[in-house]
Amino acid sequence: MAQKLNFLKESASQTAGPYVHIGCVPNFCGIEGVYPEDLGSRMINDKTEGERITIRGKVFDGTGTVLKDVMLEIWQADHKGLYPAVNEFRGVADANFIGWGRSPGDYTSGEYVFETIKPGIVPFIDGKPMAPHITFWIVARGINIGLHTRMYFPEEKEANAADPVLARIEHKVRIPTLIAERTGDGEYTFDIVLQGDNETVFFDI
Amino acid sequence: MKSNQKPVSGSYFPRDRVRQPDAYTPCYKTSVVRSPHKALISMNNTLSEITGPVFGHSMLGDLDNDMMTNYAAPGETAIGQRIIVHGRVLDENGNGVPDCLLEVWQANSGGRYRHAKETYVAALDANFGGCGRCITDDNGYYIFRTIKPGAYPWPNGPNDWRPAHIHFSLFGHAFAQRLITQMYFEGDPMIPHCPILRTITDQNAINDLIAPIDLANTIPMDARAYKFDIVLRGRRSTMFENRMEGN
Ligand SMILES: [Fe+2]
Repeated sequence: MAQKLNFLKESASQTAGPYVHIGCVPNFCGIEGVYPEDLGSRMINDKTEGERITIRGKVFDGTGTVLKDVMLEIWQADHKGLYPAVNEFRGVADANFIGWGRSPGDYTSGEYVFETIKPGIVPFIDGKPMAPHITFWIVARGINIGLHTRMYFPEEKEANAADPVLARIEHKVRIPTLIAERTGDGEYTFDIVLQGDNETVFFDI
Repeated sequence: MKSNQKPVSGSYFPRDRVRQPDAYTPCYKTSVVRSPHKALISMNNTLSEITGPVFGHSMLGDLDNDMMTNYAAPGETAIGQRIIVHGRVLDENGNGVPDCLLEVWQANSGGRYRHAKETYVAALDANFGGCGRCITDDNGYYIFRTIKPGAYPWPNGPNDWRPAHIHFSLFGHAFAQRLITQMYFEGDPMIPHCPILRTITDQNAINDLIAPIDLANTIPMDARAYKFDIVLRGRRSTMFENRMEGN
């Protein structure tokens, strides 16, 4: 018998269920007066540096139906590519940017919205640049474990072509599922498809 | 965090997908069309995954972790069995996770949620909202006070009921650690019948979601205690990693 490694095991995930709003965005679902505002509802303020952008989109199931009980979170670097995190050693991120946002889909349309800034370039493990990107995390009723994906920017054609994470994707035909559509000045649409022919690429991070 | 150490920045142990539920679990019908069919793309952690937002203790209100009173009229409390839920958030190395944000939500003692999409006939409790939150201390410890939620029926099979449970959302130190799970109560006869618990095939992983009664921390004549520890992904030490800090 060898020694035991004695690692603990990560707790198993369970679906966020249909009432995730109660715990995570109570003001959105009408439970007011407990918290002053919903966490993650404001990512930027007047002093935040960088190009203002709005990202909106919907999440579709395998039948093409829009989810109306989804919750999304995003995490991104500031305009210089620095994360507002305790383990960001490359510099100090913009103090007026928290880098994290949370959005429930609209009850009627299912559309989510994030008002943020365009992130800068963050290095990959080997120090080479990754294209500007935003990490997405999606939970909902029927999703047993949160899904991770990334949104890239359509105007960053060269950077996207050199991006080491996109390069990991064997089926190049799927890469467009990670690239948002630019619908106007600073306006992007990023739809997510959970299942089917046009299924979004999800990552095991 | 000790002042003479840099915060650890190693990448996280790969997620043990055998212990985690699959995406496609026909016993839980909603998962059938909401589950990716293509394989997840594995990637090594980059800075985008090993970093995460910081939540300060100063954002918390005095009653945030007291669901018994945080929605109640002054002087009133929610109806139900008074309980304390407490424990530690640990990582897979066995270390406490300090400054971890926990957000919890639950049905009232009759099994009814305060939500526009809720259809169960059980009565609402005017003094119960159903949300709470707290941030772990330096040792990863947290504590809530609430009332024990009721079981409730849901449209899946013709006669499916959820065991009593509390939903937990956890924000550790990195986006890679993000987790939502549910806590169950020791001895609940509905546990073996729950399709959502059955999405987990590893019985040990199920057992780890069931909180035991904790008589040692029960407050006599006031509130019973349940202990619930949660484990988030652990990370490698940085020493021999193929990554230069600052790059
Ligand atoms: Fe529930």
